[in-house]
Amino acid sequence: MSESGPNPPGTPQVKSLNCPGCGAALTLRSFSNAVTVVCHHCHSILDAQDPNLKILQAFDAAVGDSPLIPLGTRGTIRGTAYEVVGFQRRTIKVEGIPYSWHEYVLFNPYKGFRYLTEYNGHWNDTSLLRSIPTVNEYYSPPTVSYLGETYKHFQTAKAETSFVLGEFPWQVRVGEFATVTDYVSPPRVISSEASGEEITWSMGEYISGRDLWKAFGLKGDPPERVGVYENQPSPLSEETTKIWVEFAGFLVVLFLMLVGFFFIARNEQVMQGDYRFNTNTRGEASFVTDVFALGGRTSDLELTTHADVNNNWIYINYALINQDTGQAYDFGREVSYYYGSDSDGPWSEGSHEDSVAIPSVPPGNYYLRIEPESDFGRGTISYSVSAKRDVPQMGFYGLALLALLLPAGLITWRSINFEHLRWAESDHAPAGS
Amino acid sequence: MTQPAANCPNCGAKIVFRWSSSVQTVCEYCKSILVRTDIDLKKVGQVADLPPNSSPIQLGTEGVSHGHSFLVVGRIIYEYDQGTWNEWHLVMNDGSAWLSDAQDEYVVTFAAPGRKLPPGDHPQIGYRFTWDDETYTVTTITKAHYRGVDGELPFQYWDKQDVVFVDLMTTDGKFATLDYSDEAPVLYLGEAVEFDDLRLKNLRSFEGWS
Repeated sequence: MSESGPNPPGTPQVKSLNCPGCGAALTLRSFSNAVTVVCHHCHSILDAQDPNLKILQAFDAAVGDSPLIPLGTRGTIRGTAYEVVGFQRRTIKVEGIPYSWHEYVLFNPYKGFRYLTEYNGHWNDTSLLRSIPTVNEYYSPPTVSYLGETYKHFQTAKAETSFVLGEFPWQVRVGEFATVTDYVSPPRVISSEASGEEITWSMGEYISGRDLWKAFGLKGDPPERVGVYENQPSPLSEETTKIWVEFAGFLVVLFLMLVGFFFIARNEQVMQGDYRFNTNTRGEASFVTDVFALGGRTSDLELTTHADVNNNWIYINYALINQDTGQAYDFGREVSYYYGSDSDGPWSEGSHEDSVAIPSVPPGNYYLRIEPESDFGRGTISYSVSAKRDVPQMGFYGLALLALLLPAGLITWRSINFEHLRWAESDHAPAGS
Repeated sequence: MTQPAANCPNCGAKIVFRWSSSVQTVCEYCKSILVRTDIDLKKVGQVADLPPNSSPIQLGTEGVSHGHSFLVVGRIIYEYDQGTWNEWHLVMNDGSAWLSDAQDEYVVTFAAPGRKLPPGDHPQIGYRFTWDDETYTVTTITKAHYRGVDGELPFQYWDKQDVVFVDLMTTDGKFATLDYSDEAPVLYLGEAVEFDDLRLKNLRSFEGWS
């Protein structure tokens, strides 16, 4: 050997081997990191550390799955190229009903192993933790703390390995059980896996199937998502915060507007008249008032009708007419007041006064045409009409507030609903779901 | 750091120590395990064929940890139920450190003498210990089998068989190992490290990967 020189460490190569069970050609994509390899042809589970690939277990793959991302596919996750080297299906039973998810083993010769999990079209990018989380098992629900973040217990289940394919950096066997516990803080999930005494901790981060398909250059579409997944980030939680921040902003603006308009509003009486309407005479009761000037900027005009009606009504057809342009604002107002007494005691209905705001009246010289109506032969009704220019209107602010509150409330409600759907699948489902 | 050459007492090949304090080395040519004595090198054993290994690290790999650059000068190879793993001997600041690489999970540790260690047999999973104000919890007990050595080591290590390692973790990335390969356990303290943070140079290459 002394003549041959030192043996260089050499370049690890993808090993080509043959399955001792069926003779099919196998490759070891994760080099000597593979602990077990499963023959894709006869599904024998083989000892990848043994030069002869001793058969460890044969399993019935009749109910097999094929990986959505084929073994040997490479993709880039967080800037690092990974190759899919293994695939397994794991199954839990809840009230006798089996639920299965899939795990993909990814490998990079420098960065090691990483995993993808898929359930009902929901994907997680998972890697092992290098610290242990602190478990607060006496909390309800229990939580774990990890690097300053709190994760809420979601589910504990016994998971059975029900199908395997390709390479695994551990001793994999079909039919083996592990207790899997998930703690969530969307978009992340911390999982502990216990088999025997040893506990393995990992962290998954939710990743969209679409992003994954892009990262691995896969054709077609990823499977449709079904339902809400345990650590699926709520599309609304950020929006909810955002919309309430915006709501608060608008509220401030609205308040400033209100205060501002309150101060600049002139609130000035521009006309007032006392009139009488004799209902005993038939014929045209209409008349016009004196001309009054509306100054300042275009603003509202608040018209108040006060009538001494008792168990009676008066209806007034108004026209506010601009003397200069002839433009008219036609509207009608009713004032009615009824009262009496019955078995429940005294009652009353209506009022002696009515106010209405006519918005955006330009400055100019105006007069009112007034035409009262009531039942015939009910005597004389005294009434007065007064008009105020530039009156601050509170109703607008109420409407604006409602318009702002509506979308914020809607998004909040949908967000609550999303969280409800998430937790309905957990061990802590609210009663009735 | 390179020391004047000596010759392998077995095959006569030139033996160069990369670190002056190395106690043991392996002849690159004939794979004799050589131990330094006051006057010369003594052959104490022979390295059998090493198991296939696909660590990206090799003797001569350089990197940075804890703010100091290091050079990989030796390694110990162990076998366990997940295959094999390497304890790479690093020379850093003219002292020793260890870079363990099990399936590309990397941990850098330093021998931590003088701490109070659990008495008797190795502790069980879940036991807690406090060293240097950090609380460590036993997470793994590995029953390993010594498989070989390569390069320079700070101590004699060649006649081992089955050894037990107890790994402990904290809640913030610290790592400890209790090494039960000798009669008295030895504590190593350090932390898990990211591959990129080690800024490794002179790595192996892998067919089909760049």
